[in-house]
Amino acid sequence: MDTLAWIADPLHWTGSSGIPVRLLEHLQYSGLVLVIAAAIAVPAGLYIGHTGRGRVVAVAVAGALRALPTLGLLVLFALLAGSSLMPPVWALVILTVPPLLAGTYAGISSVDRAVVDAARAMGMTELQILFRVELPNGLQVMFGGVRTAVLQVIATVSVVAYLPLGGLGRYLFDGLALQDFPRMLAGSLLIAGLAIVVDLILAAVQRVLLSPGLKTDLRGGQKAAADLPAAAPAPAAVQGGTP
Amino acid sequence: MEWFLANSGMVMGLAGQHLVLALIPMVLGLVISIPLAQVARTHPALRSVVVTASSLLYTVPSLALFIILPSILGTRILDPLNVIVALTIYAVALLVRAALDAFDSVEEDLRQAAIAMGYKPWLRFVQIDLPLSLPVMFAGLRVVSVSNISLVSVAALLGVGNLGMLFTDGLQRNFVTEVVVGIIAILVLALLMDAVLVVLERLLTPWTRAAKASGPAAPSAASYLADANIHTGAAP
Repeated sequence: MDTLAWIADPLHWTGSSGIPVRLLEHLQYSGLVLVIAAAIAVPAGLYIGHTGRGRVVAVAVAGALRALPTLGLLVLFALLAGSSLMPPVWALVILTVPPLLAGTYAGISSVDRAVVDAARAMGMTELQILFRVELPNGLQVMFGGVRTAVLQVIATVSVVAYLPLGGLGRYLFDGLALQDFPRMLAGSLLIAGLAIVVDLILAAVQRVLLSPGLKTDLRGGQKAAADLPAAAPAPAAVQGGTP
Repeated sequence: MEWFLANSGMVMGLAGQHLVLALIPMVLGLVISIPLAQVARTHPALRSVVVTASSLLYTVPSLALFIILPSILGTRILDPLNVIVALTIYAVALLVRAALDAFDSVEEDLRQAAIAMGYKPWLRFVQIDLPLSLPVMFAGLRVVSVSNISLVSVAALLGVGNLGMLFTDGLQRNFVTEVVVGIIAILVLALLMDAVLVVLERLLTPWTRAAKASGPAAPSAASYLADANIHTGAAP
């Protein structure tokens, strides 16, 4: 109840530490990280997925990065390069590249080889195959990686406030320092709410972008994937929150 | 290195706490997920509820969950129980889906054969379904293990003791060595746990080595996708 009162209090909706400002900061940091990470991961993923080259290296790198503790990396970058905006952003980029890369790669390589071969036989160039055949067909799986990455960034940006920078995480750490529990809880609810809303928006975008031909085929496609025992966990895992 | 040697006792102690906080949720998650998945598998309506709920729970950032839980559980904010419950929720969210996929990976023909041979449902589950689903199950467990070990460190922000303390302490004292030691210690812990799980899987599924030649490409694709999947859980 105290928490709802805290959120509803008009005082907390204005000024430089008001909810709109913190929310905007949160979204700005997240957007910056995602743009940089996508600029690195998507071309690399498209290349690996299309050519099949460098798969082993990509798996090894993604696996190693996965085990890196987020908090440790953020603190290390802040200590080495000062707690301005960019060092933590670079730390977050390092953590965001693996899911984007894995999702892009998995999406492209999930496309039926017969379809790709047919496109090649029809005389399409490699670039045409990539952008007009593999990309639209692999979009469903790719979006799984994108949504995972976005959620992870939104969640991790709350830790940035510890350094201390802005964003919704400020409410958690300021609240912790002041033993102001309603403020902490309000901050947590805002972060959780933001994550859920953004994921729902992405699910809607996914539905709009997905080629209509794939939608009708959805069931058949999943059946086919289930035929390969080892590939079976893949679609369910990557589709993430698709209801 | 010198700092590590001088403080190795403390680091080991924190590593112990870290491991306990990561392992208990993993075991609890497994114990809860397997029956849940088995029930969900036989009831299609329940299955979609379970899948939707698990992806929704996944969306909640861990730092937020660590703070929301005390007001639900009635615990104090510093209580390690919050961390254990939060990580158990993530573990269940991930393992239920892994277990569903794992049970799906068991060939229906084998089930039918077991029924024809007169296996009772319970015995069939324990002796046929469960062992044959282990390879896919272990893939899920390895993801949970790595993400839990990384996530536990976030709890240090709230003052719950574990290797993440080396990060908060290092930042306050402006001491890079301590942070580096913390990162390396967590990486080592994650690698060790992963190795333990790999060995355990090999011991429990001796037949997969004989069958390995049949499909080497597929597992690598699956582990890739698991990679993409884990990251929601790994986020703080």
